[in-house]
Amino acid sequence: MFPLWLRLYLSRDKSRTLRPKSLRVWKPIPAQHRSFCSHFLHYFLSHCPQNEVFSEEEGAEDVMATGELNPNHYPAQRAAKVVQHYLTTRYGSPYRLFGLQRVHSGNAEDVGDSGRKYQLEIAVHEIISNTTQKCSAEVFFPHGQKQESPQVQASCEELLNISTKAQEEALYQQYKMNQTLISAQNLPDSHGHIEPDTKPLWHLGIVASSFIMLKESNENTLYNMAQVANITQLATENDQLKFDCHTLLHDMVSQEILHWKLLFTWSPAEGVKVLQMEQLPHCHHCEKPPNTN
Amino acid sequence: MLNSVGLSFMLLLSAVGAAIVERVGYDYSKYHPMPEITSWMTQMEKDYPGVVSIVDYGKSYEGRTISLLKIGLNTGEKKKAIWMDCGIHAREWIAPAFCQYFVSQILQSYKTDTIMEQMMKDMDFYVTPVLNVDGYIYSWKDNTTRLWRKNRSPGPPGCDCYGTDLNRNFEANWGTIGVSFDCCSQTYCGTKPKSEPETQSVMNFLASRKDDFLCFLTIHSYSQLLLIPFGHPDFTATNYDELMTVGLGASDAIRKVHGMEYAVGTSPAILYPNSGSSRDWARMQGIPLSYTFELRDNGTFGFELPEDQIKPTCEEAYSGALHIITYAHDKTFNGAVVTAAATLWTVLLAVGVTGANLI
Repeated sequence: MFPLWLRLYLSRDKSRTLRPKSLRVWKPIPAQHRSFCSHFLHYFLSHCPQNEVFSEEEGAEDVMATGELNPNHYPAQRAAKVVQHYLTTRYGSPYRLFGLQRVHSGNAEDVGDSGRKYQLEIAVHEIISNTTQKCSAEVFFPHGQKQESPQVQASCEELLNISTKAQEEALYQQYKMNQTLISAQNLPDSHGHIEPDTKPLWHLGIVASSFIMLKESNENTLYNMAQVANITQLATENDQLKFDCHTLLHDMVSQEILHWKLLFTWSPAEGVKVLQMEQLPHCHHCEKPPNTN
Repeated sequence: MLNSVGLSFMLLLSAVGAAIVERVGYDYSKYHPMPEITSWMTQMEKDYPGVVSIVDYGKSYEGRTISLLKIGLNTGEKKKAIWMDCGIHAREWIAPAFCQYFVSQILQSYKTDTIMEQMMKDMDFYVTPVLNVDGYIYSWKDNTTRLWRKNRSPGPPGCDCYGTDLNRNFEANWGTIGVSFDCCSQTYCGTKPKSEPETQSVMNFLASRKDDFLCFLTIHSYSQLLLIPFGHPDFTATNYDELMTVGLGASDAIRKVHGMEYAVGTSPAILYPNSGSSRDWARMQGIPLSYTFELRDNGTFGFELPEDQIKPTCEEAYSGALHIITYAHDKTFNGAVVTAAATLWTVLLAVGVTGANLI
């Protein structure tokens, strides 16, 4: 095994100095163009696709990457996160939740002036059954004056293969028969803990919040759940369980915590349907320490 | 008979005494509030005299001491060093948990692992378990403060909000990209570079010692990433290839522990552009291996990582950090020997060939 210092010495780039440069676009080196040295690096670096060495191409005029995307870079990752939110709104339930496992490949192209379209191959993780499956998806981000929700199409192998019908029905009946309407706060709590009997409420909060995260997403955001601050069951209407929810969303890009209020319904047959959503202004003066005299 | 009763009683008393005297182990799988971390640091210094010492190197806005643990086997000479800081962002609780775990691990392993023992002889480890002390304490206050990020200095005159983002306040392309000048924003970079006492503490401590430091690791959460300089898309580190290769090696080491994927790259490539980060400043000071670790998870729990994930997260991050530290050490302490040997052989071969030609 060649020592690391020797490998690095052979592959060193003597031309680079700390200087301003044009924005680089990174593309994978086709095998036939790889130099001896980068073959070296390829051999000794990890076998996993995302650890492939990418070369640089100077002179890319576009600020936004077009064509083939590096699956680890933020444009593909942000678009893929939108697919996660979409799948959660369509198929999520107290017993089915999705996470983004990996982006295998991505492609982006401008659609005239109207927006930008991403094509992605991703691996989606169903969190509760701990299974992973591949999806092909298309995400279109409209470029309007104000925020418009992205449009998503996705086809996954066997997304609904694991049946959650029985559990959903049992939960639905249990909540429907509740003498006292159920409610919970701080899911998860400061230490990441969730009481087992409030887990379904946390999951419902996530599904409902995904409608907001989907609607609010664009190429400059990356939304994740921060916390379900409060979720309260309201009286059942038309055989739909009804909930009021105060949710905290985290946007990775701005690092802001966004507060939203939601009114939504759920049943195994209809899934989650959001009736109302409203962003809450954040109380800045609440963050000041109290006056001490 | 009385004698045997007395003897048994004495034995019982000493057993009880021993049980009381035996220290209750520190739980590295729990999140600890600041007072517990402070007493843990004091305990470490007591338990490892001559190896661990507390260094107070600054003050927070609210007047609290910022301290680090200096860990190394004292050879009496000026030594090369490794820097690690955790908790620059208050809500990233897994980071201080990792710093504490890291300290306990190196102290445990150097007694039996000759490689670690050598590293401790050759280098000193400077570990700051909680850099943003005020922010961390504030995030423990109640349910409404848990997601606080910045420090606790008041905003500029006329501002309704508190806090500067310490990781945008360093003197490294300050205020150019990935920041906000709105004092209420989570990425508010301050009134000027180094405006915050916490930033000043780090910059002042390292400025006079920068030639000693081989490695600067700053620990954050979440996203499962290893970020290399620079945060500004128009600037590339002169040792970019080295940073990537070593980073990818660390990512491999992480994956081997629990199968978790940590992507490697510059911040503008894999996350977002930013300026004024501690990692960038450290690199600009000439510290060659400067990394931001973003620990678990990928957004399921985010900042509120469950305590049952603390140990696995720490184990994998330790593996990754150790890869970088070992590389830094070997390059400095073994690399010279190997290069010298290679040069010698090359010279000998050249002489041998020339000699043969002459004959």
